[in-house]
Amino acid sequence: MKRKTSDTISIIVFLLPALILFFGILVAPIIISGYYSVFDWQFPFDKTFCGFQNYKKLFTTEWYPLWKGVKNVFLLAGLSLVIQLPLSLGLALMLGRGIKGERFFLSVNFLPVLISTVVIGLLWRRMYDADAGVINPLLRSVGIIGEENIQWLAANGDHLLMACIVPMLWQYVGYHMLLMYAGVKSVAPELREAAMIDGATTWQVDRFVVIPSMKQVLKVSVIFSVTGSLKSYDLVSILAGDRTYAAAVPSTVLMNTKSVGLYGMSSASAVVIIVLCFAAAVLINALFRERD
Amino acid sequence: MANDNKLGAPEGYTIKKSGPALRIISTILLIVWSIINLYPLFWMIMLSLKNNEQVNLTHKFGLPAGWPNKWHWENYTNPELHLERIVTYFKNSVIVTVLAIAIALVAAMMASYALMRFNWRASGAFNKMFMLGITVPVQVSLVPLLITTSELGITGSRISLIIPYAAFALSMAILISNGFMTNIPKELDEAAYIDGCSRYGVFFRIILPLMTPAISTIGIYSFLQCWNELIIATTLVTSEEMRTLPIGIRNLVGTNKVDYGLIGAGITIATIPMIIVYILMSRKIQESFIAGAVKG
Repeated sequence: MKRKTSDTISIIVFLLPALILFFGILVAPIIISGYYSVFDWQFPFDKTFCGFQNYKKLFTTEWYPLWKGVKNVFLLAGLSLVIQLPLSLGLALMLGRGIKGERFFLSVNFLPVLISTVVIGLLWRRMYDADAGVINPLLRSVGIIGEENIQWLAANGDHLLMACIVPMLWQYVGYHMLLMYAGVKSVAPELREAAMIDGATTWQVDRFVVIPSMKQVLKVSVIFSVTGSLKSYDLVSILAGDRTYAAAVPSTVLMNTKSVGLYGMSSASAVVIIVLCFAAAVLINALFRERD
Repeated sequence: MANDNKLGAPEGYTIKKSGPALRIISTILLIVWSIINLYPLFWMIMLSLKNNEQVNLTHKFGLPAGWPNKWHWENYTNPELHLERIVTYFKNSVIVTVLAIAIALVAAMMASYALMRFNWRASGAFNKMFMLGITVPVQVSLVPLLITTSELGITGSRISLIIPYAAFALSMAILISNGFMTNIPKELDEAAYIDGCSRYGVFFRIILPLMTPAISTIGIYSFLQCWNELIIATTLVTSEEMRTLPIGIRNLVGTNKVDYGLIGAGITIATIPMIIVYILMSRKIQESFIAGAVKG
């Protein structure tokens, strides 16, 4: 098929704004970060080439706890998969069946997604407060903890990581619930009815009819949830601070090294984050394709 | 029950309707989860109405001691709350977010048009490339942005936030835009060409007017990304008057470690406008979000 030159020009004109943004802000910085990451560079001094020393330092010293951070975000991603997403799916299935107050429940459950993460962080900070907070009294009233006053956010304490993970999991349940709800609703009612005529129970309809046909949405949710975990920052930073060890994530290491001018180390952390995100996305895509 | 069902179904089959027990259990679970979602907000508003003495006397449900006679509304009028600053942060966030969404929207629709409506060999590859962008985290552009903007002398200006926000919202916007554009029949384009429209004419006269439903969907997804953005804003914005809401509030509260009621009032004021918008538009917001999930 022969194309007119004017068409080629049109294609370029229409693609240009997107390409400029994409290459200028996403692609070029990936390459530049890769380049910076092999330099020993303390801003504003000059940079000197150091090979993979930055990566080595990040993975072996506790001062820059990237390895700890990677382990923490793997835990977070794992918990997202076994707690956050099943919870979202359960809510979506219940709401998708059509239940009284469907609209109200959808609205309320989506609300935390719209509230600024900073506000949620500051709020949970107060709620966790050992003396004036609400988490300790609540847990005590249902008998989960005894008389002790747990210092949830004590710097590098045993509870710090879990205290950060809980609101992280909680905030985005509504996001995934609404995505999955869309998937549930897009299942043709005839399919549902046919299964019910065949004698399927509600649970069987969900398991064998609804869930298999929402594979696309589930894949999107899994990718967003896992990559979101790998690059998480906001709540950890507010609840535990950027210099935390116990609750370190790769992004806190990145921000911490950046704030003291260690741009080489910071860029190396960025490279690690993007490698993790890409690897996760490719892996998840492959797993979903295999199930076809 | 079983007999009733048999009437409408073919011989030998029964329809099992979800029983009342399941319905009740579902409703209870949904109510519990709703309470878990609403309670922190309730607690936040209560916190904003307490003085320090009441904060330290922990009350199980978060109500201030001595309520309902001792609501400390003066937390909201306390000059140390710096209401005028919160208003500035809010304004900055609105400007940055709206402009970033607008740029992403225009760039995405133009790109979709080039990808979906022209026959060219590399369109699939370009589309895949843009889709890869969805998983690129903002962290990766942080140091390069910092260096580049300081060389240009624009670090912390509005444009230094708007352009990156637009770029990071772009991939998702293209994905959604593609979904909407496939639903516009190509026959419309053909008819317009016969009437003498150019490629550009078709885009402006046929495609854009029919893409209006995509605007709210792209808008809501981009909004969620831009409005809360903390990493780039913290790094680039240094001046008080350019702070966006997340860093502004964080800073304001961070400097005030003594008066808890004021902290509560600060974060409540930062949240209320969002909640009002959501209450007014929750249906539209959810429908737009759902449209994105189905089309994407």
